[in-house]
Parts: sequence; C-alpha cells; structure tokens
Amino acid sequence: MSNPQLVMYDEEAKQISAIIDRLTKEANAKVVFVVDKNGQLISSSGETAGLDTTSLASLTAGNIAATGGLAKLIGEKEFSILFHEGEKDNLHISIIAQRVILVVIFGSQSSLGLVRLRVKKVSEELAKIFESLARKAEAEAESGDSPFAEITDDDIDNLFN
Amino acid sequence: MSFINYSSREINCKIVYYGPGLCGKTTNLQHVYGKTNPEAKGKMISLATETERTLFFDFLPLSLGEIRGFKTRFHLYTVPGQVFYDASRKLILKGVDGVVFVADSQVERMEANMESLENLDINLKEQGYDLSKMPFVIQYNKRDLPNAAPVEELRKLLNPNGSTDYEACAATGEGVFETLKAISKLVLIELKKSH
Ligand SMILES: Nc1nc2c(ncn2[C@@H]2O[C@H](COP(=O)(O)OP(=O)(O)OP(=O)(O)O)[C@@H](O)[C@H]2O)c(=O)[nH]1
Ligand SMILES: [Mg+2]
Repeated sequence: MSNPQLVMYDEEAKQISAIIDRLTKEANAKVVFVVDKNGQLISSSGETAGLDTTSLASLTAGNIAATGGLAKLIGEKEFSILFHEGEKDNLHISIIAQRVILVVIFGSQSSLGLVRLRVKKVSEELAKIFESLARKAEAEAESGDSPFAEITDDDIDNLFN
Repeated sequence: MSFINYSSREINCKIVYYGPGLCGKTTNLQHVYGKTNPEAKGKMISLATETERTLFFDFLPLSLGEIRGFKTRFHLYTVPGQVFYDASRKLILKGVDGVVFVADSQVERMEANMESLENLDINLKEQGYDLSKMPFVIQYNKRDLPNAAPVEELRKLLNPNGSTDYEACAATGEGVFETLKAISKLVLIELKKSH
C-alpha cells in the first residue's frame, strides 16, 4: 500500500511526550498536541481536560488535508504553517517532517512570535523521532513478528458479542 | 493506514462510507451514533451545508473493545456524495483501511451508483490502493422504498466480484450494524494478515 503504517512504541511515546510538555511550558501554551495526517491523536499535553481531543485531531487533519489540496492547486507543495486567530485563543498548526501535525493552542499569555520560535526549535527533534519510528516500523514489518499474527477469528468475533 | 500504538496499547483503523449523493451515508453514521453506548463513542462531527448535505465529511469515533490486550478504535468517515465534491472525497480516502459502499436501491439512482463506484475505484487507484484487494462491503440501502430495484439486479451491476453485501434501511437502522460489523471484521483480518 501507498503510505507506511504508523506505529508507536513506549520509548518514542515518552520522548514525544517530554518534548511537547516542554513546548507547552516554554511557549506559554494552553495545549499542545501531535496528530498523524489521517487524524489520529498521537500525543497531547497541557490543559486537555474537558477538551475533545479526538474531534480536534480529526478536524485538524481535515484542515491540513484541505489546505494541502489548495496548495497543490496553486502549485505549492504544502502550506507548512497555518495560523487561526480567535478572540481569546489561537491555533498554530505546523507539519513536521511531512508526516505529522503539531498543534499549539495559546491565549493572550503568549504570542505568535514566541510560539513560532519554540515550535521551530522542537520541530527538528520531533522530526528525528518520527523518522526513526518509520524505520523501526518498516524493520518490524519485514521481520514479521507481531502480536497481531496471533489474532484468531474467535478474538474478532468476540469483539461483537 | 491503521495506527498501532504499543505504548497506549491501541489499534486505530479508518473506515470510509462512500456512495452517491443522498444514498444514506450520513444516516448510517447517525444510526450508529444513536445506538451506541456513550462510553464507546466520541462526538459525531458533521461538516454539512445548510441543507444537511455533507460538505466535507462526517466523523464518528467508536471503541469496540479489546483484542489481545489492545483497545480497538474505529474512526468512521463519510464522504460528500455530490459529484462536484471529488477533491474532498480524495482527501478523505487517504489512509483508509476499509470501505463501505452505500448504494441507493432506487431504480432511477442506478447510474449514480455506478458512477460513484467507478469514482471510488479511480480515487483509490490514484493512491495506490486496489479496491478488489482491500476490505470492502456493499450495502443496498433504501430497501423500504417502492421503487427499489431487485437485489439481484443491484448485485449484477454493482457487485460482480461477489464482495460481502447487505440490504439495509438506514432510516430505520435495519442492516446498519451488520454492515459495520462486517467491514470491521474484514479490517481486523487484514491487519492480522499484514503483520
Ligand atoms: N426511505 C429511506 N430514506 C432514507 C434511507 N436512508 C436514508 N434516507 C434518507 O435519504 C436522505 C439522504 O440521506 P443522507 O444520509 O443525508 O445521504 P448522504 O449519502 O449522506 O448524502 P450526501 O451527504 O449528499 O452525500 C435523508 O432524507 C434520509 O432520511 C432509507 O433507508 N430509506
Ligand atoms: Mg452525507
């Protein structure tokens, strides 16, 4: 199939979580989250209680997909940064290593300049992790050992009872 | 593409409901949403026009329970069926793990069904997918209407390869969960094969 499977392991999950926790603090942000381009939430940090992160993830991916479509129509590869300004809160969305989406929600205690600066700083770190994840997933797929090979028809049937 | 998270022990899969305008894709999701326990579902999001036609997509996240210690989550999406929204349909198909084709059984919608199925095939090919090799279920919807074509005829025109198919009346919910179960199963079986 066309795009490689996204896989997440403990080690990388911890690294990503540490990076976005740091970003939340250093950018004075309310919430930071990382989403894959298909709309699945990978990690989140900050004041996420009471926030519908699943919906946010899906709409963010839809937003990136739609603006990516617009970009192609005018001959751009993609718009790597999007900014939405609200009355109280703002959204800063950027694409990391053409694979995943980094979203920062911030209010008046921060500023676009600060957020841009901090996002730029962590982008490379995150990119490296996702590149190594992609390599790891590929190697794993080739080696062929995975817990899912063991799934039985009964396991699947049981889900629906 | 499914997303396997060994850290949070979750499997996430994406299912897309495809089909011509007004065939009942959104109605399928609304029925699933209405009949699912609150703890097993998230919010349903509908990006629609003022006349309730899907403009970009509907989205419904569902958790099905555990399999081998992994929580299985399915993200259901519908595409906008109206012909001129093709650019949006392509975007929504990205990363799809399984497709449900909802056909409108009404005789006068037969051409629209065939056109939409062809469009699905083309859009999948563009992304390197082969419809005949991926999890795929067909639903003949609106069986309650007097002008519904016989199922045999629908089958001949829309399902020459003998994919799994169901009759449905999404408006009352008949056949909706059967369809969803069938596609979810096929997606999980595929996951097992590809690993
Ligand atoms: N009689 C009957 N009507 C149905 C059935 N399923 C859906 N409808 C009706 O058909 C109309 C269109 O349904 P939708 O679910 O919005 O169709 P859609 O496929 O999402 O349409 P688009 O968003 O334009 O692609 C609505 O008025 C539904 O109530 C059915 O099984 N029987
Ligand atoms: Mg719709």
